Amino acid sequence: MDNLFILLLLPVLGALALVFVQHEKAAKQLALIVSLVSLVFTVSLLTSFVPDASMQFVQRFDWIPSLGIHFHVGVDGISLPLVLLTNILVPLIILSAFNHSYKGSFYALVLFMQAGLLLVFTALDAFVFYVGWEIALIPIYFICALWGGEDRIRVNLKFFIYTFFGSLLMLTAIIYLHLQTPANDYELTSFYQLGLESGVQRWVFWAFFIAFAIKMPIFPFHTWQPDTYTQAPTAGTMLLSGIMLKMGVYGLIRWLIPIAPLGFAAYGQLALVLCIIGVVYASIIAFKQRDAKRLIAYSSIAHVGLIGAGVFAWNIQGVQGAIIQMVNHGISVVGLFFVLDIVERRIGSRDIKLMGGIAKPAPALAIAFLVIVMGAVGLPLTNGFVGEFLLLMGIYEYGLWYAVFGGLTLIFGAVYLLRLYQKVMLGEVNEQTAGFTDITRTEWLVLATVVVLVVGIGVYPKPLLNLSEAAVANLINGIGQIANR
Amino acid sequence: MLPLVGFLINGLARNVLPKSLVGAIGSGVVLAAFLLSCGVFSSVYAARQAGETATFIQPIFQWIGAGDLSVSMSFLVDPLSAIMLLIVTGIGFLIHVYSIGYMKHDAGFAKFFAFLNLFIFFMLLLVLGSNYVVMFIGWEGVGLCSYLLIGFWFTNTAYAGAAKKAFVMNRIGDLGFLIAVFLIFATFGTLEFSQIFPQAAGMTTGDITLLLITLLLFIAATGKSAQIPLFTWLPDAMAGPTPVSALIHAATMVTAGIYMIARSNILFTLSPITLQIVAAIGLCTALLAAAIAITQNDIKKVLAYSTVSQLGYMFLGLGVGAFTGAFFHVITHAFFKGLLFLGAGSVIHAMSNEQDMRHMGGLRKQLPITYFTMLMGTIAIAGIPPLSGFFSKDEILAHAFATNKLLWILGFIGALFTAFYMFRMLFLTFFGKFRGSAEQANHVHESPVTMTIPLIVLAVLSVIGGMLNVPAALGGSHALAEFLSPVFADSAARSEAFHLAHSTEYLLMGVSAIGAIVMAIVAYRKYISNAAVPAADGAPRGVLSRLSYHKFYVDELYDRLIVRPLNGLSVFFYRFTDRGGIDGLVNGLGKTIGETGKGLRLLQSGNVGFYIFMMVIAAAALLAYGFFNL
Repeated sequence: MDNLFILLLLPVLGALALVFVQHEKAAKQLALIVSLVSLVFTVSLLTSFVPDASMQFVQRFDWIPSLGIHFHVGVDGISLPLVLLTNILVPLIILSAFNHSYKGSFYALVLFMQAGLLLVFTALDAFVFYVGWEIALIPIYFICALWGGEDRIRVNLKFFIYTFFGSLLMLTAIIYLHLQTPANDYELTSFYQLGLESGVQRWVFWAFFIAFAIKMPIFPFHTWQPDTYTQAPTAGTMLLSGIMLKMGVYGLIRWLIPIAPLGFAAYGQLALVLCIIGVVYASIIAFKQRDAKRLIAYSSIAHVGLIGAGVFAWNIQGVQGAIIQMVNHGISVVGLFFVLDIVERRIGSRDIKLMGGIAKPAPALAIAFLVIVMGAVGLPLTNGFVGEFLLLMGIYEYGLWYAVFGGLTLIFGAVYLLRLYQKVMLGEVNEQTAGFTDITRTEWLVLATVVVLVVGIGVYPKPLLNLSEAAVANLINGIGQIANR
Repeated sequence: MLPLVGFLINGLARNVLPKSLVGAIGSGVVLAAFLLSCGVFSSVYAARQAGETATFIQPIFQWIGAGDLSVSMSFLVDPLSAIMLLIVTGIGFLIHVYSIGYMKHDAGFAKFFAFLNLFIFFMLLLVLGSNYVVMFIGWEGVGLCSYLLIGFWFTNTAYAGAAKKAFVMNRIGDLGFLIAVFLIFATFGTLEFSQIFPQAAGMTTGDITLLLITLLLFIAATGKSAQIPLFTWLPDAMAGPTPVSALIHAATMVTAGIYMIARSNILFTLSPITLQIVAAIGLCTALLAAAIAITQNDIKKVLAYSTVSQLGYMFLGLGVGAFTGAFFHVITHAFFKGLLFLGAGSVIHAMSNEQDMRHMGGLRKQLPITYFTMLMGTIAIAGIPPLSGFFSKDEILAHAFATNKLLWILGFIGALFTAFYMFRMLFLTFFGKFRGSAEQANHVHESPVTMTIPLIVLAVLSVIGGMLNVPAALGGSHALAEFLSPVFADSAARSEAFHLAHSTEYLLMGVSAIGAIVMAIVAYRKYISNAAVPAADGAPRGVLSRLSYHKFYVDELYDRLIVRPLNGLSVFFYRFTDRGGIDGLVNGLGKTIGETGKGLRLLQSGNVGFYIFMMVIAAAALLAYGFFNL
């Protein structure tokens, strides 16, 4: 049950099968079952995982021996939370798509993307990492291109080119590093031990940084994101914001900083400043957005900026905070987009000026939304607080003023999210919202799961933190040694 | 005793959740909590009598751990938190009972009680937390409840807006709290009170880190306890149902800032600069809010500004080192302000939701119990002996006098304002002729028993509450100060003992008591003898009156200085920087790539299923190639 290879193969097989399923209902059920089986597998991984710093469940085969490529995967405390996140969110996203009449091919793409994401989070070979990185991109491209909004073609092209540009930079760096390794392989550990000179590390830093910064996105590489999030179908937006952007953050922790510690020493502060600018800048933009999805898109830039800043602060609190906040953000943002999807389908618009008073006809939705909003705002005893607290503490250790500006998210987040909540849920019912019906059973299931996770992690975050503690400490101490060498 | 505390918390948390709470359950839970608190208090009291410091810590579980950081869920019971427990659960219970009558006709009855219970839960967390983070959980949690309850009637957009304003302004303070927490952790390596304060006691006076920590904590307190510059949310918070105003926005939550500073007293004692700032801000707030209260016509607004003003007195007390005095005022204020708000609620209830005092008058006969209890509250808050407010306010003012005579003079002027606006409110509401509509006149009735009993209980407490801490000059024994002394021991050891000759004390007491009575008479002459009624909204006013009536335009100032520029910036960033600037650049760059990318567009037509299939097969083939060397 704890074979990583099976875990990776399962969604691929599911996707293959789903291509042939024409019947809508059957497709839904098959997709859900496959994703739930993946989740069960993940839970079994979790139970046999030992929370120390080691790589576990490692699988390593020769893949293309002539090129020194190995199929090498494994998980440690840093990747496991993300594997878990992926496999929790995918069933939720599939369930949330039940409201729409998507065919088998849609679910096939979702599962195929899941395989790519898992590959990214488990890869211990740079080539495998790159393959996963691209496999995750292509399905989401199709999902957005085929089921997106009116302006999808233009927006999607930009998204694709933008991220592909980043990927190519990264590929260049990976091939360069490959050529430097003594054994001519793509192994992560070989990359770690390169000990390149400072000048080389600097451009390697930028090559990786830009690729990851676009994915997350970090200011000023973010302009594809609001358009894409807005135009994508909600399931696509959830995949992008809930899981895919974590590839970028994960890349920072696993690849960028350990491979180019000297580059990081030179430019880490600049990167951190960019992240903090993103927090303040995107929050301010979110104040006046009328399109609900776009508002959350900008809020996501702000939240991810804080996560990035925590990573670049590069201390235990910061990185631990980043890992747990990646999980939290994934949960919250999927919840937020789902609520907005429910509202949009009922009233046919995303303009918050047209909404209002929905709490009256739909109290259950209002309560769920409030809990999710409070999680996103970082209220204590919700998941968001644990993450923000650790992140800000890590950033504070790096520098007081960074924490003050980063901490503005506390205030600004309350401003724009409560504005959103107020415009959508509170006030008088109007023509659009008069006939609003409360949530269905499927919707309830998704929202209840999100709410339980939001509160559960908030009240007892320790198990999740324990998973990654040893691995993070080990990584950070290890880099200290490399940088000193 | 300690398992009791654990049970207390669990019991409350469990009962927060069910939405179908009825009033009896809602109140019953709080009553149980109150009884348990009494048990806790009596244990602490017994320990104190036996000469112990009476501090108990109960850890529950480790909450957050990362690196050297470890935050545990744990609770602290000492004389300070024991008294707060009694206030929160005791007054909380009375207000729950009151709400049964007040909210009887409201559709959201059960929801209301659920929120109130949740509030009590968070307030207890705040009070019982044994470290700054648990305190912060409660601190933000009560902010959430405040948000929920202010916006309780959410269909009213203005109410929902007031709720948001309260939450956001509190959050500004909360950021200060959080940064202070980081600084404390960096300085002391722990967040537990029991480990921080002994370390701090060994530090020198005027330590720059302590200065920063205390300033940040004070910023947090200005948010929660509505002091300058973050006070404007509290008057707007009156949008909530009146029991909420009484419980959250008068008796308990808003005093959290004072509680927190009293808890951290040693840090503040070692930062004399912060103390001076605290005293100055407190005094300015006391005066400004009192000056605004004089011209307000909404009965709840008068009380709201009065609360802001009284909180200012408490901060003045903290600032001059009268920690016991400030906390004493927290207690008595909880009694008489809770009473006054509930009384106002009773009036509003009787007047079919009328809050404008210009439409009231002569209600004394129809609402005898409300009238009499509110009279007690008014005398208490005005500082007329021997009611409770006199003792607590006098203690603060006496300390102020010993510190700086100017502080006393200004504080005294504020007290004159207080007596005036309170009697103005009383006379306008209960004396003279009835000025409401005929329909309202028909409906006027005394409130049901569930509402009048809490009024009576609170009135009794307001009358006798002062006996808790009678100064030595009046033959008392400073019982409260004695009880609390372990909490403030380190501070007391560091500051000069406070000395005033008994004759000076008599003089100060005499002056303030006479001043208050004189102001009551002035109000009497104006509003009863001359039967003056405040002018209508549009009527011309003098400069001072206009400033006061429009609340010194503070809201407008904030709107111009902060809200609008930020909104403008939001639009500017979005339209110009983001869409135009950065995105324009990207699009320009991307255009060349876009041309080459045209080929990719072909992918968007044709049979999708086929493409996906090809994609998956290709990937699988690539994998297979490696494994089987095909």
